[in-house]
Amino acid sequence: MTTTAVEDLLRELAPQVLGALVRRHGQFEGCEDAVQEAVLAAAVQWPAEGMPDNPRGWLMTVASRRLIDQLRSDHARRERESATAAEPPPEDVPDTDDTLVLLFLCCHPTLTAASQTALTLRAVGGLTTAEIARAFLVPEATMAARISRAKQRIKAAGSTFSLPADAERGERLRVVLHVLYLIFNEGYTASSGRELDRPDLAREAIRLTRMVRVQLPDDGEVTGLLALMLLTHARREARTTPAGDLVPLDEQDRARWDRALIDEGTELAKASLAAPALGPYQLQAAIAATHADAATAEQTNWPQVHAAYLILERIAPNPMVTLNRAVALAETEGPRAGLALLATLDGDDRMAGHHRLLSVRAHLLEKAGDTAAAYEHYRRAAKSTASLAERRYLESRASRVRP
Amino acid sequence: MKFLISLHVNPAVLDALTDEEKMALGSGHGAFIEALKASGELITTQALADPSQAAVVSVRDGQPVVTDGPFLESKEYFGGLYLIDVESKERAIELAAQIPDAAIDGLGVEVRQVMFSDGPLEA
Repeated sequence: MTTTAVEDLLRELAPQVLGALVRRHGQFEGCEDAVQEAVLAAAVQWPAEGMPDNPRGWLMTVASRRLIDQLRSDHARRERESATAAEPPPEDVPDTDDTLVLLFLCCHPTLTAASQTALTLRAVGGLTTAEIARAFLVPEATMAARISRAKQRIKAAGSTFSLPADAERGERLRVVLHVLYLIFNEGYTASSGRELDRPDLAREAIRLTRMVRVQLPDDGEVTGLLALMLLTHARREARTTPAGDLVPLDEQDRARWDRALIDEGTELAKASLAAPALGPYQLQAAIAATHADAATAEQTNWPQVHAAYLILERIAPNPMVTLNRAVALAETEGPRAGLALLATLDGDDRMAGHHRLLSVRAHLLEKAGDTAAAYEHYRRAAKSTASLAERRYLESRASRVRP
Repeated sequence: MKFLISLHVNPAVLDALTDEEKMALGSGHGAFIEALKASGELITTQALADPSQAAVVSVRDGQPVVTDGPFLESKEYFGGLYLIDVESKERAIELAAQIPDAAIDGLGVEVRQVMFSDGPLEA
C-alpha cells in the first residue's frame, strides 16, 4: 500500500477507533492522545512492514495499550497522592458510527472557533498535530497547547460522550457546520508563501462534511453546506492566475471550472432546497449553483441571484448578505440602485471601514462611471484588507481607473 | 489571525523605574509568556539588544555603507515583539492590554495584523 493510501485509511479509521475507545473507557482527552499515538505508530510501521490483516483491530489494540499505560501511571500517581478514584466501568462497544458524537464534542460551544477547528481536524479528521500546525502556519508546540487546552475545557464542562439532547441538537449542529465551513475557508486563505506543504483543508472539510451527510442525509443545511463547498471548490483552478493573483468571478475562464464538482454540487443544492426548512447554506448553495449554471458571466441569472439574497437577508440578516445583494441589484437595476442599497450599510458599526464594503462600492462607482471616486475607494479598500492577494488585486483595479 | 504586538520603549522611562518596578515588569512578561504558551496563542517572542548596537546598512553606487544606528532618531525605540495567533483583533487587543508596558506612561504597545508569512516557524 502506498503512503497516501495508508494515510487515507488511517484518517478514515481514526474517528471510529476513538469513538469505540471513548465508549469503553469514558475519557475523551486520554483516549484522543492514545489514538493519535496509535495513528502515528501505524503511519511509520504499515508502509514499512506491511498492512496488518485487521487495521482497525490493530489500531484499537495499540491505542488501548497506550491508554491503559497512561491510566496506570495516572492511577499510581493518584495512589501516591492518596486520592483514589474509581475508573469508569467498561461498557459494551456498540457498533455505531461515532463520527457525529465526536464532532459535537470537538465543536463544544465553550471552545473558541480556533480550538474547535484544531480539535476537529485531529480527533475526527485524523490529522497529526504537526499537519494541523502546518495548515494554520503556527509552530507545532502552539497547536499542541491549543488542542490540549481545548480538551481540558471540554472535560471541565462535564461533557458526556453522547449526542446532545434534542432541544439543543439543532443549535449544536449549526456550530458543527460553522466549524466545517471555517476549515473549508481556511483552505482558501492564500496569505502564506508556502502553500505546497500545507494539508489541503478545503478537501478535508469536504470529506468531513460528506461524513456528516452520511449520518444526516435529510438535513437540508448539511446537504446545502456540502453543495456550497463543492460548487466553490469547482472554481478553484480559475480563481487565481499562475502568479497567484485573484481573478474575479466575471473574468474567470469558465472552461477551467470542474464540471464533475459542479454537477454533483448542483444536484445536492437542488436536493437541499426540498428540505422542509431553508437555512443560509442552502441559499448560498443555490446562489453558487446559479452562477455555475451560466456559460458566460453575461448569461448569469441575476434576478434569481437577487431573489435568493433577499430570502437570505430575511432568514439570516447580516450586513455581508446585504452587501452581496447590492452587487446583484446593480446587475439587475444598475449601479446607482446598488450604491443606494450600500448607503443603508453606512451606519452599521460592523461594516465601518470594512474592506469589502469599500471594494464593492469602488466596483459600483466604476460601473457608474465615477472613476475618481472609484479610484479613492479602491485605494482605501486596498489599505484595509489583510490579504496580500486581495490588496494586489485592489491596487491593480485602482491603477486601471486612475484619473 | 496572526498579529504582531510591538513594544516601543523609552529608555529614560525605563531608567526611571525603581528596582521593584523593573522586577515587576520582567516577571509580568514572564507570566504573560507562560499564559500565552498554555493557551496555544504564542508563535514567538523576541527582545532586541540596545539600539546603540544597531548598524544601519545602505547600498550606494553598488557599495554597502554601514553606519551606527539606530535609523530613526526618536525618544522611543523598538524593543521587542510578540507574534501571536488568535481568534480575532479584539482578542489581540485584550492580550496586548495584559502586557505590563501598557500600564506605564512612555512605553508603547502596538498591535498590527500580519498579512504574509513564510519561513520555518520552529525557533
